[in-house]
Amino acid sequence: MRSVIDILDLSTEELSELIKTAEDIIANPEKYQEVCRHKKLATLFFEPSTRTRLSFEAAMYELGGNVLSVSSAGSSSAAKGESVADTAKTVSCYADIIAMRHPKEGAAYVAAQNAGVPVINAGDGGHLHPTQTLADLLTIWREKGRFTGLTIGLCGDLKFGRTVHSLIAAMSRYEGNRFVLISPEELKVPSYVKNILKEQNIPYEQTEDLMSVIGDLDILYMTRVQRERFFNEEDYLRLKDSYILTPEKMNEAKADLAVMHPLPRVNEISVAIDKDPRACYFKQVLNGKYMRMALILKLLYEAGTLKELPERSRA
Amino acid sequence: MNVDSIQNGIVIDHLKAGYGMRLYELLGLSDPELTVAIMKNVTSHKLGRKDIIKIDGITDVDLDVIGFVDPDATVNIIRDGRLIEKKSIEAPERLTNVLRCKNPRCISTTEQELPQIFVLSDRKTKTYRCLYCETRAEK
Repeated sequence: MRSVIDILDLSTEELSELIKTAEDIIANPEKYQEVCRHKKLATLFFEPSTRTRLSFEAAMYELGGNVLSVSSAGSSSAAKGESVADTAKTVSCYADIIAMRHPKEGAAYVAAQNAGVPVINAGDGGHLHPTQTLADLLTIWREKGRFTGLTIGLCGDLKFGRTVHSLIAAMSRYEGNRFVLISPEELKVPSYVKNILKEQNIPYEQTEDLMSVIGDLDILYMTRVQRERFFNEEDYLRLKDSYILTPEKMNEAKADLAVMHPLPRVNEISVAIDKDPRACYFKQVLNGKYMRMALILKLLYEAGTLKELPERSRA
Repeated sequence: MNVDSIQNGIVIDHLKAGYGMRLYELLGLSDPELTVAIMKNVTSHKLGRKDIIKIDGITDVDLDVIGFVDPDATVNIIRDGRLIEKKSIEAPERLTNVLRCKNPRCISTTEQELPQIFVLSDRKTKTYRCLYCETRAEK
């Protein structure tokens, strides 16, 4: 059974197919609105994340399907001590596809190994979050028209920010990209992520100073310093305001910079930037829904649950 | 220093100096029933310094564990006081239930029934990572 746990489970060809499907959905939503009729998506969220859950649920509803939802660990069988494996086996009896978020790293992998239906990892602790990366990729595609030859700045919490790790892994597969890693010393990317770049001789630089590099960037991916990823409150309070993007800083940036953020933001991008045409983070949210729709279609089709998919219109 | 040669058993030789105790621990050689000699930091023509483990009475050990700790070690099987086989050792692709993941956020640390699996992620550096959370294994 095909599941998607890591963005690297999808080849670059598959990503480009998903992007084509998403663009077709955007252009012709009516063509897709009944495709998943009588099919059910189970959203198993053992960690709070309203927006990702809503995005999956909206995606399934827009495909004409139904949703079964578990929205907190406290109200579920996990609170009674059921294992992830058993939960996955049980839910497979009710649903055609599962989207799962869990605080433990590797939980979605365990679910996928045990489920009888496709599992989509909707975030496993600080580890992976492939559908956020799908949202990011569609946004880069729609804003830049290419995945190659880009200078990509990633700023903020690069240590615990799983979306950052997945985006680096995904964009490393395309030619000619350069990465600029902007973070305080304590929140630098882990060595295994840096090794992805080193092994493939992909140019990157690490800096603590956003202003010294902002003018070089084609993409600036901001991240939130997340309270729940810290072991203690003191470290969180000390580091949370390290990098804040303001209109003054934006004056130094390229005219076609794309500012991205996986959201929710706290204060790392000032609200004044929302009106700047370079701000892409709300488009990213919408793109996430379209890519989740495309992924649900792909996995249900590969599982044989959907017998056919709408033919894509020629662009 | 002399240790009597064994009649039936295994000699794990050419272990990098300092790796002997770790291998002793991972192979479960602290079992009180076993007769084991560890020689640490002895002179070696090949390595300068090396560790050696001699295990009396058993001829099967988990070669994957040896391959994980030191793929350059040699394993000699002794029967009736004679060397009958030299086993070739290499770093295994997968290690099951040998190491425990140290990442407190890993699913394998809360769900006890899951097998503890580590996968060779880089053959050059012999780096192993947890199958579930990709945390690096400590040698």
